[in-house]
Amino acid sequence: MNKVFAWIAFLFGVLYFILPLFGMAEFSLSMRRGVYSLDAYRVVLADPQFQATFTFSVVMALVTIAFGILLVVPTAYWVRLKLPGMRPWVEFVTLLPLVIPAIVVVFGYIRLYNTSSWLPMTGTATGTNILLMFGYSMLSLPYMYRAVDTGLRAIDVATLTEAAQSMGAGWGTILARVILPNVLPAVLSGAFLTLAIVIGEFTMAALLDRPAFGPYMQILGANKAYEPAALAVIAFAITWACMGLIQLSTRFSKHTRAMS
Amino acid sequence: MAFLDLSNLQKSFGQNHVVKDFSIAVEQGEFVSLLGPSGCGKTTVLRMVGGFETPSAGSITIDGRDVTGLRPNQRAIGMVFQSYALFPNLTVGQNVAFGLKVAGVGRAERDARVAEMLDLIGLADLGARYPFQLSGGQQQRVALARALAPRPKVLLLDEPLSALDAKIRVSLRTEIRAIQKRLGITTIFVTHDQEEALSMSDRVVVMSGGRADQIGTPFEIYNAPATRFVAGFVGTLNTFDAVVTDPATGSVTLNGLPLALDRPLDAAKGATIGVALRPEAARLGRDPSREVVLPATITAVQFMGAVVRITAEVAGRRFDLDTFNRVDTPPPAVGGEAEISVGARDFILLGD
Ligand SMILES: Nc1ncnc2c1ncn2[C@@H]1O[C@H](COP(=O)(O)OP(=O)(O)OP(=O)(O)O)[C@@H](O)[C@H]1O
Ligand SMILES: [Mg+2]
Repeated sequence: MNKVFAWIAFLFGVLYFILPLFGMAEFSLSMRRGVYSLDAYRVVLADPQFQATFTFSVVMALVTIAFGILLVVPTAYWVRLKLPGMRPWVEFVTLLPLVIPAIVVVFGYIRLYNTSSWLPMTGTATGTNILLMFGYSMLSLPYMYRAVDTGLRAIDVATLTEAAQSMGAGWGTILARVILPNVLPAVLSGAFLTLAIVIGEFTMAALLDRPAFGPYMQILGANKAYEPAALAVIAFAITWACMGLIQLSTRFSKHTRAMS
Repeated sequence: MAFLDLSNLQKSFGQNHVVKDFSIAVEQGEFVSLLGPSGCGKTTVLRMVGGFETPSAGSITIDGRDVTGLRPNQRAIGMVFQSYALFPNLTVGQNVAFGLKVAGVGRAERDARVAEMLDLIGLADLGARYPFQLSGGQQQRVALARALAPRPKVLLLDEPLSALDAKIRVSLRTEIRAIQKRLGITTIFVTHDQEEALSMSDRVVVMSGGRADQIGTPFEIYNAPATRFVAGFVGTLNTFDAVVTDPATGSVTLNGLPLALDRPLDAAKGATIGVALRPEAARLGRDPSREVVLPATITAVQFMGAVVRITAEVAGRRFDLDTFNRVDTPPPAVGGEAEISVGARDFILLGD
């Protein structure tokens, strides 16, 4: 009986996910009439717009990840160590990005930081990039926080902290040498999720008018036939590569039992 | 002033007054145990010395320096926890080197010190292992080496043996004591295991309800307990109420049976005082070298190998006594009458 259901579920999955994916991949290979070819991919990859926007998004993702780690690791650590009563509240706050649409946040940013405001962030490209980075950090917050918090649960935060303190360590040393290395697999999985989110993000980048990968995909999709399909397959591959890396990162550290 | 001086320490968590007027002067190189039942405030006292709790009142001095207001990382202490608390991401060697690195000790000196410490705990070959690859006993020894590596002034141990199984617990306590003596490090050891406290310490502090009931050598604690609580908590005791007939000579009656305690008593004639006997002080049968003979009825016999624990009824009270196993002396029959002889000086007088 169970087997039958498993097969039905599998079939459903094939019809719903794999078939369209297959169709798209097949279409992306059909640029040349009559034979399969990688022409569409060649065109896309050679497009300087593609290279520029993709680089921009990757750099933005890396900056976002760095900022996210600096923000989330100490916060989650401090909440676990000193403010356990605050945890439900902090969790609630980190979940807000899931229920507040990105477009609302961006309009808020633009209203608050436009060129005639008290802090004209949108006046310069750098300022706008910083604003975009904050937006991305917010989008990745639910995943980053949860990943790090789960990582912290696996270690005895309070006792390890006291052990380090008794040997003369200050907060910086404790965070850098004790806490961060022990939540590194969790941090990495949060980082790859962030990467996947930032690469595909459209709304914020488009409304802040930054040359990111998401808006590029949209423009290409509106104007070409085969190339968008190729691009979609590429984007899809990147996302899955991130997923794979998340899986790998949990096995990354040699000090856990998972390896042995 | 003593090397480590705790003076009039108080600690309250909200309304809960956990440590009350706790004072002790610990000499350099001394090994002091805090012994007491669960919740009596042992850990809290230790954590105040470590700087992890702030005393509500009182002061702590280490080596002439008042550390009461200092943070834990400024106190030069070493701490060993019940749960080992090794850094899981660091190897054994890196764990031991942690404190040295924090202190900015150079590479060569650090490596030498780590090797020396690993040698001290007998794990010289395991420097490259990760904590999860060690047994509990090995992990705790590494934790000890890690705490000692930066040459702390005071070593604090909070029930370091409680998570280990019985055999390791006994061997490791000998080892800890040997290392402590060799390094001459001032140590405070928290335990609720009286055997541990008595066997390891220079002095034992018996705590109850946040107070130090008695501070003394293991011998004093065991043989001259200052309070009823100490007498009852440390070791097994057979207690009796005795009525004083002559305070000057120490004559009392025990359930009508006259006996002499062979010492002057600080009680009026006719007063009731508490007296007690350790199980090992009594002897089954009549012994001419002992002054007091008590008639008894055997109620239970527990053969434990080297020791035979006999439970009897004496003067209407339950009485435990221990005898060594002898090949030619089978244990007495349950229900039989017997005589128990004790020396007059073996009676312990119970205070309040
Ligand atoms: N952070 C805290 N907040 C509130 N109460 C506390 C705190 N720490 C300890 N207590 C209370 O203080 C009392 C003494 O605790 P402590 O941990 O010192 O006992 P202990 O003698 O070490 O006991 P055990 O043998 O069980 O470890 C307990 O009643 C405990 O509930
Ligand atoms: Mg305790």
